[in-house]
Formats: sequence, C-alpha cells, structure tokens
Amino acid sequence: MVIVSHSLKAAEGIKEIAQQMGSDVPLAAVGGTADGRIGTDPLMIKKAIEGVMGPDGVLLLVDLGSAVMNAQLAVEMLGDEDQEQVVLSNAPILEGAVVAVVESAMGHDLERVKRAAEEASHMEKLL
Amino acid sequence: MKVAKDQIVAMIKEMAASVAENKKYLTELDSAIGDGDHGINMDRGFRKVLERLPAVEDKDVGSIFKNVGMSLISAVGGAAGPLYGTYFMEFGKVAAGKEELTNGDLEKMLAAGLNGIKRRGKAVVGEKTMVDALEPAAEAFAAAAAKDKTPLACFQAAVAAAKKGKEATIPMLAKKGRAHYLGERSIGHQDPGATSSELILASMLKVLEG
Ligand SMILES: Nc1ncnc2c1ncn2[C@@H]1O[C@H](COP(=O)(O)OP(=O)(O)OP(=O)(O)O)[C@@H](O)[C@H]1O
Ligand SMILES: [Mg+2]
Repeated sequence: MVIVSHSLKAAEGIKEIAQQMGSDVPLAAVGGTADGRIGTDPLMIKKAIEGVMGPDGVLLLVDLGSAVMNAQLAVEMLGDEDQEQVVLSNAPILEGAVVAVVESAMGHDLERVKRAAEEASHMEKLL
Repeated sequence: MKVAKDQIVAMIKEMAASVAENKKYLTELDSAIGDGDHGINMDRGFRKVLERLPAVEDKDVGSIFKNVGMSLISAVGGAAGPLYGTYFMEFGKVAAGKEELTNGDLEKMLAAGLNGIKRRGKAVVGEKTMVDALEPAAEAFAAAAAKDKTPLACFQAAVAAAKKGKEATIPMLAKKGRAHYLGERSIGHQDPGATSSELILASMLKVLEG
C-alpha cells in the first residue's frame, strides 16, 4: 500500500497509525515535493510504488487534487506489467488506510481490500 | 506561413519569463481561492524547463515540447504540474519529428493539449479552471486557421479568447481543484490557472509579434 499526501508528515503519520493494525503489511508513505514544499511529485510516487511492489499488487491511497492526478501519472510511468498490479482507491486516506491494512493482513485480495477501504467513507464515527 | 524551431524555443523562454514576472500575481490569485502556491509552483516548473532546454534545443520540435512537459510534471508540485505537463506532452506528440510548424500543426496541438488536460483533470468549461481559457483559445485558433489567417493572426484570436475566458471565471462557482472546497466563497475571484493559461498563450503570440 502507498499513502500519498501533500505533506510527508501527514503521510508518515497515517502510515504509523495504519501500520499498528498489521505490522507485516508493506506500507510506504510519500508526500511533499522533491524540494520539500507541500505538494505531490509523480516520480516520488512511482518510486514508492516500486518499493512496495509485490505479487499481490499495490493499493494507492491519496488525499486531494494533484495527489490523484500525480498518482495516475505515476502509474502510467510504470511498466505494462506493474501497471495492472496497481489500483487507485477513492477511500478516505486515514480511515481507508486503517481498514485496508486490516483487510490485507487477513489475506484478502487487492480488489476486496480496495472495496473495503472505500466503504470506510460510510463508517459512523460518532457512537 | 510557418513557425520555425528557433521561434518555438523563444516562445518557451518567453513563457518562463512571463511566469517569473507574474509569480506574485498568480500566487495572490491562488491565495484568494486556493492554497496560495500557483505562482510558486509555475515558477519552479518553468525554471526546470529553462534548465533542461539547452540539452534539447537542437532536437525536433516534438522532443522540445515533450521536455517542457516532463520538466513541469517533475517540478511543479501542484495540480498545474500534471495538467500543464500533459498539455505540453500532447503538443510534443503532434509535433514529433517536425522542424517547423504549420497553422494546421498548431491548431492540432492546441486541441490535443486541451483534450489531454480535460482527460487528466475531468474539468469542462464553466467549472472555473484553466479549461475556461484554453478551450475558447483552441476554438478561436481553429476558426481563424479555417479562414487561412497567418499564425500571428490565429494566435491573436486565441489570446483574445483566452483573456475573455479567463475573465469569465470571475463570477463562476468552482467545481474543481482547491477552490471547489470554498463553495460560494469562490465566486467573485479570477481563477489562477485560467490566468496562467492566458500568460502561456500570450507568450507564444509575443514571439510572433517580434
Ligand atoms: N481538475 C482540474 N482540471 C483542470 N484544471 C484544474 C483542476 N484542478 C485544478 N486546476 C487548475 O489548477 C489551478 C491551481 O493550480 P496549482 O498549481 O495552484 O495547484 P493546486 O490546486 O495548489 O494543487 P493541489 O491539488 O496540489 O492542491 C486552478 O486555478 C485551476 O485552474
Ligand atoms: Mg494552489
């Protein structure tokens, strides 16, 4: 899984929170620009995807605006085979990451993990 | 009448100069309805473009524009990066292998670039984005080209349309990008991306005016 935020701190924090739910799930955090500004960089995202790429594929969780477009660009820059293994999710970045780690640790496949993460947007927070 | 490669290179340098000159203005516009970084983003991007330009200046026009696109994709950091990056990559595809550009080439480039941005950002006219300047510009260029106007006259028509399109973003409610989060509060402000789009096209015109 790759967590893509405009802020590296936010991405790393979300990674920290989600990783508690399953320490064996390969997670990468990427955020900010190469020169340390708030923003996103497709080349950095591509590198992060390659870093966690495995036979089960990679789920991308993104925050806003350019994170979505640059994540798509990063996927397009991958080789044909890798491209098919990467899916971009519409899930809320923090809740989605937590759910996705749980689902992934249970051994579910990429499609199912993606669906579960996206359903996190309907989860009731206030009890 | 054709546009020569050295004019294309001059256009790209002019874009970088114009973005640098308007860095503060673009950032001010983006502060009103966004995150206040559009001028900074665009300037970073075009500095990278200038840095890499000498290495490709002698190649075909397609390679020159692809390099502009890649530089913007790698250095902008905000939504303008993937969007303008795609715009110039599409220019590069149309201009692949060419040493000079006809009106027909330029018309195709503006249309392909616009379509690339619309595919990438999913925006349509009326949503308060760069598309509001680039779409009427591409249409005006095509209309002028159909009347056998010179590239100079076609660009004059395109820039006039971009300027009108940019001004038309002021009363619009933003439906895409950061400004979208502001809802009604986005009304009454000019879109920064539509503004930089006019600057880019005006830079191309300026070189043809000599
Ligand atoms: N989906 C989109 N389609 C077309 N244009 C867009 C879209 N999203 C944003 N823009 C344009 O980009 C401009 C803002 O560019 P800027 O470089 O400031 O990116 P940003 O919004 O700060 O990026 P980020 O998404 O990283 O917050 C807007 O004024 C608008 O014209
Ligand atoms: Mg901005």
